Amino acid sequence: MVKLIFRNKTWEVRPGMTIEAALRKLGIDPEAVLPTIKDTLITADYVLQDEDAVKLVAVVSGGTR
Amino acid sequence: MKCKACGGPAAINMRHHKLALCGEHYLEWVPQQVQRFIEKYQMFSPQDKLLVAVSGGKDSLSLWDVLLRLGYRADGVYIGLGIDGGVNYSDQSHEKIVQFMAKFWPQAKLHVVDVEQTYGMTIPELSLARRREAKPCSVCGLNKRHIMNRVAVEGGYTLVTGHNLDDEAAVLMQNTLRWQVGYLARQSPVLEATHPKFARKVKPLCRFYEREMAAYAIVRGIDYIYDECPHAEGATTLFYKTLLNQLETNSPGAKLSFYLEFLRARQEGLFQKAHDEVVLHECEYCGQPTSAPGLCSFCRIWDRGADAREPAGELGLPVAGG
Repeated sequence: MVKLIFRNKTWEVRPGMTIEAALRKLGIDPEAVLPTIKDTLITADYVLQDEDAVKLVAVVSGGTR
Repeated sequence: MKCKACGGPAAINMRHHKLALCGEHYLEWVPQQVQRFIEKYQMFSPQDKLLVAVSGGKDSLSLWDVLLRLGYRADGVYIGLGIDGGVNYSDQSHEKIVQFMAKFWPQAKLHVVDVEQTYGMTIPELSLARRREAKPCSVCGLNKRHIMNRVAVEGGYTLVTGHNLDDEAAVLMQNTLRWQVGYLARQSPVLEATHPKFARKVKPLCRFYEREMAAYAIVRGIDYIYDECPHAEGATTLFYKTLLNQLETNSPGAKLSFYLEFLRARQEGLFQKAHDEVVLHECEYCGQPTSAPGLCSFCRIWDRGADAREPAGELGLPVAGG
C-alpha cells in the first residue's frame, strides 16, 4: 500500500494509480498541494509504487483545511 | 514527466506555462523570471537599495534569496509582532529567518523592529486594548504598513514584498466582487512613492503562483514557517485562494489571465479616475502620509497626541542619506 500524508492525516491507497488520481479520490485539490517523496518534489503524473510514502506540502500556508 | 531542459525527472509541472522542470533547472528558471519581471515593470535597478519585508514564510525568504542570488543590494526587515497563538508564532518566525541567513547568506543585513519593545504593547494586546478585538488582523496590517514604510523611507530603500500571484488574484477577486474601484486603482506590481514620506513599493513575485514559490523553497532547501499566522484561520483571503485554485484545476492559467488582463485594463486607464481622486495629508504626529487630515490611523491606534513630532530615526535605523 501507499501512504499519503497531509497535515497530520494519513491515508492509504493502492499502488498503480497516479498521484493526481489518488488526490482526486481523496478530495484534495491537486493545485493546492505539492507532493514529495523523501523531501524530493515529484509531479502529479507519478505512478505510485508499493510502500511509497508521499508527503503533501500545502501550497497555501494554513489554508484549505 | 520529463524536464524540458535536460530530460531528467521533473520536479514541478507548470501547466499554465506548459513547462516542466527538474530541481536544478527550476532553481535557474525562477531567478531568470524574477529578473524579467523586475525589468518589465521597471521595479528597480542594481544601484537601488532594497528592503525585503521578511516574515519567515516561503515567499519572503525565497524572494530575499533570489534577489541576493541576482546580486541586488537587498537588506531584510522583520517586524516582531508579539503573536504567540500558543505556538510562539512570532519567535518561531524570527528563528526561521535567522536560520535562513546562517545557512545561505550570513553577510546579509536584517533590521528587526520589535513592536512591544518599541511601542509598549504587542499587536494582540494593542488590538484588545484599543478595539476590543481578539482577532488583530486589521490592527496588525496597519502597523506593518506603517513600520515597513518608515524603515524604508528612513533608510532610503525601495520596499520589496513577497506578494505572489495567488495573493494578488485573491485580493483582486475580493475587490472586484465588491467593485472597490479605489482599491483596484491602487493594485499594481509597482506602487510609486506619491509622497516624499512614502517608500516606493514593488512586488517581484506578483506573477509567480504560490505553488511555484513553495516549490522553490523546497528545492532550494529553505526551511520556512509552514503554518500561517494562528489568527489567519478562516481569513477571507484563504477562502478566495481556495476558490481560485479550484478554478485553476479545471482551467489551467485561469489565475494568471485573471490578473494579467486586470493589469492590462488598469494600464489602459480603466481605473484612472479613482486613482486621481486620492488626496494625501501629512499626519500631525508622525508626518507619514494619510488620506484624512489629522492623525494617521497608526498614531490614532497608539493614542498619540498631536503635540509632539515623532523623532526621526526612532527605530534606530539609518536615516536616508545619513
